[in-house]
Amino acid sequence: MTRMLEKWAVDPMLVLAVFIMTLFGIAMIYSAGVVFVPTEVTRDAWIRQGMWFGVALVSFIFISRVPLRWVEWVAVPAYVLAIILLAATLVVGIGSGTAAGVKSWIAFGPIRFQPAELAKIATVLVLARLLSQRDEPLTSLRDLLVPSALVGLPLALVMLQPDLGTAMAFGGILFAMLFWAGTPVALLLLVASPVAALILSFSSTIWSAYIVGVIGFLYLYRYRLFMFESVAVVLANFAAGTIATPLWNSLKPYQQNRILVYLDPEMDPRGAGYHVIQSKVAVGSGGLTGQGFTLGSQKRFDFLPEQHTDFIFSVVGEELGFIGTTLAIAGFAFILARLVRMAVDSPDPFAGLVLLGIFGTWLVHIFVNIGMTVGVVPITGIPLPFVSYGGTFLLTSWVAVAIAVRVAHER
Amino acid sequence: MKVHHPHEKRRRAQGAYLIVALVMGTLAVSFFRLQVLRSDVWELRAQSNRVRQMPLAAPRGTIYDRDGQIIADNAPGYAITVLGPPDSIRATLDRMGAYMDLSEGHIQRLLGVLRRYGGQTLVVDADADFTVVSALEERRIEFPNVYIEMRPRRRYLTGEAAGHLLGYVGEVTAEELSSAEFADDRYQQGMVVGQTGIEKQYEALLQGRPGLKYVEVDARSRIVGDFAAFRQDPGEAGADLHLNIDLDLQNWIHHIFPDSLSGAVVALNVADGGVLALYSAPAYDPNSFVGGIDDAVWAELNTNPGLPLYNRATLGLYPPASTWKLATAAIGLDLGVVTPDETMPVPCTGGMSFGRDYRRCWNPAGHGYNNLAQAIGNSCNVYFYQLGKLIGLDRLVERATEIGFSQRCGIDLPQESQGEFPAGRNFWVETFGYEPQDNEVLSLSIGQGPNSQTPLKMAQFYLALARDGSAPPPALAKDAELGPGWALSLAPEHIASIQEGLRAVTTQGGTAHIGTSLEYWQVLGKTGTAQNTQSIQGTEANHAWFAGMAGPWDGPPEIVLAVIVENGATGSGVAAPIMAKAADFYLRKKHGIPIDSIQTYGEHLRSGRPTPWYRARYAPGAGSGR
Repeated sequence: MTRMLEKWAVDPMLVLAVFIMTLFGIAMIYSAGVVFVPTEVTRDAWIRQGMWFGVALVSFIFISRVPLRWVEWVAVPAYVLAIILLAATLVVGIGSGTAAGVKSWIAFGPIRFQPAELAKIATVLVLARLLSQRDEPLTSLRDLLVPSALVGLPLALVMLQPDLGTAMAFGGILFAMLFWAGTPVALLLLVASPVAALILSFSSTIWSAYIVGVIGFLYLYRYRLFMFESVAVVLANFAAGTIATPLWNSLKPYQQNRILVYLDPEMDPRGAGYHVIQSKVAVGSGGLTGQGFTLGSQKRFDFLPEQHTDFIFSVVGEELGFIGTTLAIAGFAFILARLVRMAVDSPDPFAGLVLLGIFGTWLVHIFVNIGMTVGVVPITGIPLPFVSYGGTFLLTSWVAVAIAVRVAHER
Repeated sequence: MKVHHPHEKRRRAQGAYLIVALVMGTLAVSFFRLQVLRSDVWELRAQSNRVRQMPLAAPRGTIYDRDGQIIADNAPGYAITVLGPPDSIRATLDRMGAYMDLSEGHIQRLLGVLRRYGGQTLVVDADADFTVVSALEERRIEFPNVYIEMRPRRRYLTGEAAGHLLGYVGEVTAEELSSAEFADDRYQQGMVVGQTGIEKQYEALLQGRPGLKYVEVDARSRIVGDFAAFRQDPGEAGADLHLNIDLDLQNWIHHIFPDSLSGAVVALNVADGGVLALYSAPAYDPNSFVGGIDDAVWAELNTNPGLPLYNRATLGLYPPASTWKLATAAIGLDLGVVTPDETMPVPCTGGMSFGRDYRRCWNPAGHGYNNLAQAIGNSCNVYFYQLGKLIGLDRLVERATEIGFSQRCGIDLPQESQGEFPAGRNFWVETFGYEPQDNEVLSLSIGQGPNSQTPLKMAQFYLALARDGSAPPPALAKDAELGPGWALSLAPEHIASIQEGLRAVTTQGGTAHIGTSLEYWQVLGKTGTAQNTQSIQGTEANHAWFAGMAGPWDGPPEIVLAVIVENGATGSGVAAPIMAKAADFYLRKKHGIPIDSIQTYGEHLRSGRPTPWYRARYAPGAGSGR
C-alpha cells in the first residue's frame, strides 16, 4: 500500500493533503451551487470542477514522471512563451465572468486559459535555474537586479491587465526564492521598503518617521552595502512617497474604492463595501460550528458574491463554522510547511528553489484569498488554490504539485 | 558560506515555518474573532440581511347603522408590493406597465415616495384589480421581486346613498404622512386611510394596527418565502363604529330625491339629536375611490356642474328665508317680549312703514291681526318685522349667536360650514363698512339680510322646536361626545304655540298641506323660498326650503327634517313632499306599519287612490290649500 502510494503520488504527504483539499473544494463548490434561485452555471459547477480534477490527476501522473532535465530545459522556453502570451493579453485578452474588466484570459477556439498561470510556473523554474547556479548568498542589491527583473517583467505585464492579486503572487515568488537563495532578510526588507513607503505616504508624518527609520536601518547595516546601494534605497523610498498621489489618482475608481473600503467597509455598504460586508456576515453568522453543509443562508439567498470562486471560503465559514475554517487553514498550513520540508530534504538547490517558488505563490494566494473574506486584506480577486472553482487554475495548481514532487524526489 | 548546506537550509526553513505560522495564525485569529467572539452580531446581521418586514394590513372597522345593518365593511382585495433597491424597483415598474395601468404620473409619484422614504418595499397598488393580479401571478418568474398579498378592501354597501356621509378611503399621501394627524407610528406608506366624511372623522378608531409579516428575500430582493422563525404579527382590526343613521331612511331619501335636482336632506332624531339621515344631491359612489379613483371618474366628478363631491347638507350655505322666522319667534318668546296670544300693534295690510322705510309682506292682500301661531302659519312679514323691532337688533343678534347661527353645529364630520350671521354690531362694520341701523333687524327677523345657514343648522334649530327648546349637537356616531349644545328657555306653552303655527302651514288651508298630509302622521313645518344669484337674474328658480317635524297624531314629534332643493321654486311644491315622504318612511318603519310608495295626500290624488283616511280627518271636498 505504502509502496503503491509512493509509486503514484511520489510524495504521499503533500499529494494526499492536496488531494483532500481538492475534494473539499469540489464539495464546497457543490454547496455554493445550492441556492434558492439556482442557475445552470452555479448548479453544475462542481461536476465540471470534478472533471477538471480528473484532467489534473492525469497531468500530475505524467508530469511527475518526466525526467528532471526536461523540467530544467523547459524553463526558458516556457518563460519566453509566457511573456509573449502575457503581452498578447494586453491586446487580445478577454475578461471572464464577473472579472470582465480584467483582460487576463486568452481564447484558442473553445479553450480559454490565463497566461499568468503558466507565467507563474515558468518564472519559478527560470528563477530557480538562475539562482541555483550560484552557491554564494546574494548580499548586495546588485545581486538582486537580474532576479528582480526576471520576476518584474511578468509582474508588470500582469499589473497592466490589471490584475493586482496575481501580481502579488509574483512578488511572493520573488521574495520566497530570494530568501531561499540566501539573501539576508534585512536586504529583502530594504527591497520591500519602497512599497511600504508608497502605502505609508497617505500621512506625511508617518511617512517622514518611516524614512528616518529606513535611514537609521541603513546606517546600522552600512558595512554590508555599497554606498550607492544605500543611496538607491533612500531615493527609491523618496520616489515611492512622491509618486503615491499621482499613482493613486491614476487608479481606476473601483480600485480606489477597494482600498478605501478595506479601511472601512461600512463606508459604502451597498456599493464597494458590499462584498466584504456580505462575506463577513456569512462568515460571522457561521459561528463556532457553522450552519451545516449546504445550509448557509447568506449563500442560499445569494448574498455572497463570487461564492464559487473568490469567496468560496466565505461559504466554508458560514456552513462549517470556526471549526471548519480552522481545519482548512491548518490544511493549507500543512501543505505550505510540507513544501518547505521537501526543500530542506532535497539535496538539489534547483529543487529547493522551485519548491520555495511554489510556496511563495501559494502563500500569497491563500493569505490574500482567505484574508479578504474576513476583511484582513483588501479584495483583490485571486482564487484559493485547490478549492476555488476554476478549471485551468486547478490544473496548473496540480501541475505545480507535480513539478514539486518531481524535483523534490529526484534520486 | 554554502547557501545550500543542510545546516543553512534548516535555518532558513525555520524562517519559512515562522512565516507560515504567522500568516496562518493571523487568519485563524481573524476567524476566531469573527466567528466565535462576535458571532452573535453577525448572525443578527445575517437575519436582517435577508428578512424583510412587510406590513400586514389590518381590516378597517365595520360601520353599522342604528339597527346594526352594515353600511361599510371589507371585501378581500389585493395589494401589489415591489421589493428591492430603488433601481430595481424602477425597472420592475417599467416592466409591470405592460400588465397594469401605470401612468407615467403614477410611476413618478411612486418614485417620489421611494425617494422620500427610501426603504426596500414600495406598495404599487394597495387595491389591485383581480385581472392585474392574475396577469402578474402568471408571470411570477418575470417578477420575482413583486409581492402580491390579500388585503382587505373597503366596501360601501350603500353606494351613492351615503357617499357624502361616509366619505371614502384612499392611500395615505406623503403630505398626510408628514402631518401631525398621522404622526402615529401605525401609519406608513401604502396604507389606506379615511380621506373624508365619517371615514376621516373616525380614522383613528376605524384604522386598526397593521401587523407585520416577515419574508425572506435573496440578494436581488427576490422573495423566497415567508420567514417562519419570527412569528407573524396579525395586527389588530379596527374598531367597529355604530352610527345613529337609519340606513333604510338614508336609502329612501336617495330614492325619492329628484335625480335632476341638487339639494340636501338632514333628518334628526328628536329623542337625542342623533342624525338619522344626511343626504346631499347629486351624490357620488364612494366605492369608486377605493384603491385609487379612475382618472376619468375623477374628472367627471370635478367638472360636473352639480358638484357631486360637495356635501350640501353640512357645507352648503343658503339664506334660510322664512324658515328662520321661527327663530325670531322663539327668541321673542324666550326673551318674553311677546306672548303666544298677543297680536302686533299694527295689522298686516301687505306692508308696513318704518320711518321712511316701507317694508312689504309677501302677500299684498295682507294678513290683518295675527297672533304668533297665525303669523307663522301665514308667514306674515309684517308681524315679524314688529316682533323683530320689539326684540331689538342687539338682543336678536346676541340670542341668535347663542343659538349658534354664526357657528358650526359641531357634527362629527371633518368639515362643516359655519353659519353666516352677524355675531354683533361690528359685523356690519367689518363686512359692509358702516354702523348698523336699527332697521337691519327688519330683514333679519324674516330670515333675510346677512344670513346663510346650512341645512344641518336649520335642522338642529327645528330640533329645539320639536323638543323643549334644547338642541344637542347632531351626532352621527352613537357614542359621539360632541359637547352640550344649546337651549332656548321656552315654556311648554311656547313650544305648543310655535308648533301650532307650524301646523297651520301643513293643515288644511296651509301652503304645504297637500304635499305633507300623511295617513298616519302629523307633519309640522315651515316653507322657505330663498333667493339666489340666478333667481334674482331670473335664469333659475329660487331655492326651496322645508324644515319641520313629524310624529304620531296624538304624540310629540319624533323626527325633525330640513330639506333644501336648489332652484326648487317653492318650499311647498318640491321640498315639503320630500320631507313628508322621508318622515313617513321613518315613522312607518319605526312603528311597524308597512312601507307604501304612495305616501302624501298629493300622491294619492295624482295616483287616483282613494283617501278615506283624509276624509275622516278633514272636511270633505276640502284640501285646496293656497
